[in-house]
Amino acid sequence: MSRPASLRTRLAALVGVGAVLALGACSSSGGADAGSDGGSGGDLIRVGFSQLGAESGWRTANTESVKASLTEENGFDLNFVDAQQKQENQIKALRDFVAQDVDVIAFSPVIETGWDEVLQEIKDSGIPVVLVDRTVDTSVEDPFVTWIGADFEQEGRTAGEWVAENAPDAKVFELQGTLGSGAQVDREKGFNDVVGDQVIGKASGNFTRAEGRTAVEAALQAYPEMNLIFTHNDDMGLGAIEAIEAAGKVPGEDIQIVSVDGVRDGLQALVDKKFNFVVECNPVFGDQLAELIRKVVDGEDVPETTVVEDKSFDQTITQADVDARPY
Amino acid sequence: MTTSATHSPGGRAGSLWREVTQHGLLWPSVALVVLLLACGVKSPGFLDVTLRDDHLYGQLVDLLRNSATPLLLALGMCLVIATGGIDLSVGAVMAMSLAVSLTYLDGAADPSSPVTVATALALGLGLGAVAGAFNGFMVAALGIQPFIATMILMVAGRGIAMLITEGQITTVTSPPFKSLGSGFVLGIPTPVVIAVAVFVLVTLAVRRTALGMFLESIGINREASRLAGVKARSTTWTVYVIAGLLAGLAGIVYGAPTMAADANNIGLLKELDAIMVVVLGGTRLDGGRFHLGGLVVGALLLSALERAVIIFELPSQTTPLFKAVVLIAVCVAASPYLRGRLRTPRPGARGAQRPVEVAA
Repeated sequence: MSRPASLRTRLAALVGVGAVLALGACSSSGGADAGSDGGSGGDLIRVGFSQLGAESGWRTANTESVKASLTEENGFDLNFVDAQQKQENQIKALRDFVAQDVDVIAFSPVIETGWDEVLQEIKDSGIPVVLVDRTVDTSVEDPFVTWIGADFEQEGRTAGEWVAENAPDAKVFELQGTLGSGAQVDREKGFNDVVGDQVIGKASGNFTRAEGRTAVEAALQAYPEMNLIFTHNDDMGLGAIEAIEAAGKVPGEDIQIVSVDGVRDGLQALVDKKFNFVVECNPVFGDQLAELIRKVVDGEDVPETTVVEDKSFDQTITQADVDARPY
Repeated sequence: MTTSATHSPGGRAGSLWREVTQHGLLWPSVALVVLLLACGVKSPGFLDVTLRDDHLYGQLVDLLRNSATPLLLALGMCLVIATGGIDLSVGAVMAMSLAVSLTYLDGAADPSSPVTVATALALGLGLGAVAGAFNGFMVAALGIQPFIATMILMVAGRGIAMLITEGQITTVTSPPFKSLGSGFVLGIPTPVVIAVAVFVLVTLAVRRTALGMFLESIGINREASRLAGVKARSTTWTVYVIAGLLAGLAGIVYGAPTMAADANNIGLLKELDAIMVVVLGGTRLDGGRFHLGGLVVGALLLSALERAVIIFELPSQTTPLFKAVVLIAVCVAASPYLRGRLRTPRPGARGAQRPVEVAA
């Protein structure tokens, strides 16, 4: 057992070295001190990743993507810890990573605040931090080297642009996510920057199907003229379909639905012509994260923020695309 | 109801007035009617109920359907509260029951067959009853304070639900199961039929047998009732099982329309809604006398409040505030102090005037 494994490890390390050399060759300036502080030459890159939890299908897909990309074959030694949505678990995990002296710490913070102390400790230990998906609000200077995640505001804008182009006269009802969450605030801002004057009403459905349904039931009465719903996630949109059908109207025709997320059920609704447009919020960015971590370890200049590429889908999507969806 | 009024200026009309103002349900009912009328004025058609595709359709019908879940939860909660206890775990039990039902359906060969659906239903209800039995054991057998005892499942239950669904949002397609939440029986939404049936059953059980009296006596003085021959322990245990069972049913009815077992969100904070419905219905939290009829009004008022926020086109940020304002108004109006003031109207001023209005 141990022999093939160590052989594989060496092979992987060789591949890693190759990759580092190739990257070093590409970058003109950053290559100079790559060898000294990286420690990536002979070994795997040791990454401590603290995921905030498994609160949604999106998060689970994100976790799987990270695990699938930061493998030994790709030159990583991943220590993955699930914080189960508790900050204290996450702080403990981060401290463990410092004690283990990993090469890079990556984490998706549960909440924005309360990280000052632990981030200072990490900074003192000299381990670079990569923030994933969410961000922190801290008094520590330069608490992290880079951030990778989705641009919620851009997602809202993309949805707004589709509405501006395809339904310029639509009366829009906006189904908000949990009020105060980053996804709700930014998607609303992006959307309203583009077609804010078309929005005739808003209500929160807390990102859940059941509450999305209840909100749309009432909205059908309060705003009888509405003919397009912009929902901050697919789940609420699926609840909206229920309410619209119960009211004897046809979702996707009488009332168009524009959604953000792109989970499988949402795309299925798109194939079934009940959704009209879905902006993807892509959780599968493990490979981009891996690339970023390599650059950080090599001491290359990395952009302050890396926005994950989001696609968008309209009703031309096929059943095969939906079935291929991993989450 | 004993009234010790010193003045009775209006004769029969006066006693009627007294009875009306003294009734615990007056103010919640007034709030409900005012709210619905206000919605009707703001949004014409709100009060219309029409027949569409052989079933009732309209905002009021939606309102009834949305009230089914809080009513089911509150029925169990009310019995528990009558014994002087509380059950904080009902929201988490909702999530657990739905999770186990949908996970079973997900793994079944034919999720639409009646046997499979019945089994899924039985599993969900069974898990609810087991959770209730656990709570009852902690409270009745071990003597742990209900607040703490049920808080265990409130926290752990959601974790168990996550284990059942493996952290995913399990979704299945099973029309018969779905119809438990979104279907119709003789044109009436299924959840309403279920809630009414359960309400009638519970009412018969506690009012046509001595159970209700036992509950009240336990709530007023556990030790005294035990000495008087009431089986305090087993009765207490029973009400927690009932509460768990009803919470499981509520979870299934609530989650069935969307067929998604979202362990993180199903039933979140619903225990507080249930307590609120019980209190709105005129039952005091310190146990003893309880009013099942008030639960219906309380559940309707809760759903109407949530709906009215959208009808009035208020931003969702104000929902908690809006709820709070109405609740405060109802609670203040129904407070012992104000009721005392109404009971003994100032001579000549109001007592002589109002009865005419009531009688007219």
